[in-house]
Amino acid sequence: MKKFLTIFLIIIFSQFQITTLYAGSDGNIELSKNKNGNQNYEVKDCFETVNRGVFAFNQALDKIFFEPAAIGYRFLPKPIRSGTSNALNNLSNVVTIPNNILQGQLKDAGVNSLRFVINSTLGIVGIFDVASYYGLSKRDKEDYGQTLGTWGFKEGCYFVLPVLGPTTVRDSIGSLSNFSGGDAWYNVTVRNNTQHFEDADYYISRLTAGVDFRAKNLESYKSLEKNSLDLYASVRSLYLQDRQRKIKNIDETTETLNDDDWEEIDTQ
Amino acid sequence: MKSVKFFIIFFFLFFFNNQIHAKVPSLLITEIVNEASTILSSSDPVESKIIKLNDIAERNVDIDGIGMYTLGKYRKLISENEKIKYKKLFKSYFLKSFSSRLVDYSDPKINVVSEKKINNRYTIVTTMLEATSKNPEIKIDWRIYTKNPERPLIRDLIVEGLSLARTQREEFNSIIQNNDGDINALFKSLEEFIIK
Repeated sequence: MKKFLTIFLIIIFSQFQITTLYAGSDGNIELSKNKNGNQNYEVKDCFETVNRGVFAFNQALDKIFFEPAAIGYRFLPKPIRSGTSNALNNLSNVVTIPNNILQGQLKDAGVNSLRFVINSTLGIVGIFDVASYYGLSKRDKEDYGQTLGTWGFKEGCYFVLPVLGPTTVRDSIGSLSNFSGGDAWYNVTVRNNTQHFEDADYYISRLTAGVDFRAKNLESYKSLEKNSLDLYASVRSLYLQDRQRKIKNIDETTETLNDDDWEEIDTQ
Repeated sequence: MKSVKFFIIFFFLFFFNNQIHAKVPSLLITEIVNEASTILSSSDPVESKIIKLNDIAERNVDIDGIGMYTLGKYRKLISENEKIKYKKLFKSYFLKSFSSRLVDYSDPKINVVSEKKINNRYTIVTTMLEATSKNPEIKIDWRIYTKNPERPLIRDLIVEGLSLARTQREEFNSIIQNNDGDINALFKSLEEFIIK
């Protein structure tokens, strides 16, 4: 029972970074369709009614806890927030590096490893991003869900978990990999009994990462809430777009867009 | 021979004329951003700012095009009368939503980074919204409809890779779909938002 609770709590904190994009859907959504030879596919919003209920619960929880915590976090001096954010980013490398390798991004794996070593030592546990000063710029984060996506696994059902927010079957399986040895930080804090770290170190780091992320998105989420006709559907769309973009590892906007629909619309 | 000469002169005049009037998309964005920045940083009352911001949107955004895009598959299923009603409602909704999002910013600093022509109809202009003490730097791509080069129009904003038009389309489609395909449900939601 204790182990189950532990895993549940960890998933909560580890997923909260992407959780401010709570979600759900409308039966079937056409997610991607482009001219680059990729096949069309649909994401199924399984149990939409239940999902909407869970989404409402998450919204209430956000209002009670995460939003106030994020507002309070904003009062901290900027150097403290930047240092915290840097340290958490540095820590995320222990998941990003193995996923770089699994996705065949060997150069990124090398750069991230160097960044991790330099920032953990010279940068004092990652508080200062010294590596960027040496020309090793920050790379995108990777996780096991993205790796599965890169390997061709489809999203499966889309659903909303209590507290955790939006996810898909693929992303949930990816998250479970963290607790099966795929996350070195989890291994040294919770999974194995080391004398250097305690379980609480892990939970605090995950919770802080969640609050840090929420604080960075306070205004944008508020604006979304204010201007959405169906917040649940908006959040779902944003979550799925974000995952799609991360899996494809693309910065090129043009590749993420489906021009077909736009081409039909002629107003000039 | 005379006609060939005439044709060549005509061709060059026509081409040159087009070059003069064609508006470079990145310049369009720079102009819009500067204009909006002046309005937002002014001491004008909020109502006045909203009117001026809406004017910018009406001149530079393809509101009808975005409206049709956000209808998705339903734009082929609704009647002409419903389309007319939808266009009217969407315009009011869009302008209210647009100014409401912007008016919260006091003086946003947006810098044009690059522009990429996708085809004759579309150019993507990449900009960066400067970081503030509260928010990190944000990448914003503008999808510009350039079928008429003399009057390029904005069709989408892609914030950190997330398309606002696509998000809105999925939101609208969700509302219609959850009401058994009844477009009136969307009309009702739009009306409620407008009078809110």
